[in-house]
Amino acid sequence: MVEQTAEFTTRPWTRYSRKERWIRFAIYFITLFAVVWAIRDIDIFWPWVWDAPTQIQNLGGRMWPPEFEAWSAILNAMLETVHIATLSTLLTIFIALPVSYIAAQNTTPNRLTLWIGRFILVSSRSVNTIIWALLFVAIFGPGVLAGILAVMFRSVGFIGKLMGEAIEEIDRRPVEAMEATGASRMKVVLFGIVPQVMPAFFAIVILRWDINIRESTVLGLVGAGGIGVLLQGSIDTFAWQTVATILLAIIVLVLVGEALTSLLRKKAL
Amino acid sequence: MSEARQEAGPLTGQKWKKPPFIASPWLRYGLLIAVVIYLYWTFNTLPFNWDRIAEGLPRAARIFGGAFPPSFERGELMWTGFKESFQIAFLATLLGVFLSIPIALMAAKNLAPMPIYLLGRGIIILSRSFHPVIVAILFVAAVGFGPLAGILTLTLYSIGFVAKLLAEKVEEIDWGQMEAMRAAGAGFFKTLIYGVFPQILPRQIGLSMYQLDSNLRASAVVGIVGAGGIGSTLMNAFGRYDYDFAFAILILIVGVILVSEGISGWVRKKIW
Repeated sequence: MVEQTAEFTTRPWTRYSRKERWIRFAIYFITLFAVVWAIRDIDIFWPWVWDAPTQIQNLGGRMWPPEFEAWSAILNAMLETVHIATLSTLLTIFIALPVSYIAAQNTTPNRLTLWIGRFILVSSRSVNTIIWALLFVAIFGPGVLAGILAVMFRSVGFIGKLMGEAIEEIDRRPVEAMEATGASRMKVVLFGIVPQVMPAFFAIVILRWDINIRESTVLGLVGAGGIGVLLQGSIDTFAWQTVATILLAIIVLVLVGEALTSLLRKKAL
Repeated sequence: MSEARQEAGPLTGQKWKKPPFIASPWLRYGLLIAVVIYLYWTFNTLPFNWDRIAEGLPRAARIFGGAFPPSFERGELMWTGFKESFQIAFLATLLGVFLSIPIALMAAKNLAPMPIYLLGRGIIILSRSFHPVIVAILFVAAVGFGPLAGILTLTLYSIGFVAKLLAEKVEEIDWGQMEAMRAAGAGFFKTLIYGVFPQILPRQIGLSMYQLDSNLRASAVVGIVGAGGIGSTLMNAFGRYDYDFAFAILILIVGVILVSEGISGWVRKKIW
């Protein structure tokens, strides 16, 4: 006992134990090594790096002042962007709800459907909207439909996953009570589960709509409709002042979307 | 009691009904009608090219026929692409995380004076309002095709996310330590290093891990507009109708993302 105290008092204070220190050094070393490797190996033409600030300033100069001549075309494209976001969010709901039902552990009929549901959700989320758009443009040709489908395929994973989690968190007792009275499966879902997940549903859909507006602004870069088509066209023709206007319009759209969704969230929930 | 309730049914002739989700009938049916009108309007005004769409199914069959089986023959090209994507994501995360610290301090209400606070918030809002792909085409236009544009894009993207959450964390720090240090006569930078940083560091490391994961995803996408990495390889494969190679790349992207999500989730669980 006494010896122990003596040992404690003579031991110098350190923040980390020996093992922790070694782990920290190892992490620092690995990070440093990775940085050196990445910088040496990456295919960058270094003179361009030193030149970059000038080039970016140059580009900014060419954009100023924004030119508002094409405002009606921009407005139309904006409207199309909003339509793509809204339609795809609305349509996604019909796919995402059944998928979330089979992907939730407490409602899925059996293990196989659970894994099918999980697989749909994961594969939808791990492919980006732009990549989905690339695929649908190849299939259906450039245009709005490819954009809507791309945003839909991406949103299914998002809405389905969050809804599945909401379903897994419900209070089981109303469901059990209804099952005990002999209610059919349909009725249990309609009266036992749906009312419990309704608030979560609206919150998730509103959130996704907000995200989809941002996603829809870039679809046009691969030819899938919306403001991106106009943006790509202006860049290709070096109409930098129009590009500036489009960028301003996108900022306004995103801010309006954000304001609208926060208002909706406050009102509806 | 229960008898009275049982009798109430037949007597009044009423059956129990589920209370509607939206109480006001005007709002309930109004919303429904609004949705129907909206759908009608959009389907009529949006420029669908139905002829072209009708060709879609045979075309899809052809594409998927061409994509199966996925070809992993040009593995070297794929490896180069993925390596570059990783390098872009890694360098951009480091750069973005370092730059996000001063910006987060600027954007914290409890540390920064009003004009600097507004400047910090402005930087965060600006870097958040554009999709990384839009930023990428601008950088490609400014500094040319290749990984440099990708690194710049993802750095900006990281600043938007990390600085925002870090600023929120800075605003929530325990102020007692700051006051104690100030009372002992420490200057601004000393209070920053010994009072603020230890409190926000764990959050910063967690955010960095998350951001590395999300930059890895984004680096696949910014490549599509020419900013280097696997996205450029994918875009080239698509452009040359090399669908079996493109499909192989897609499968690998999904696999890599799942693995990186797993790793970053595990690390964050360890840290938090």
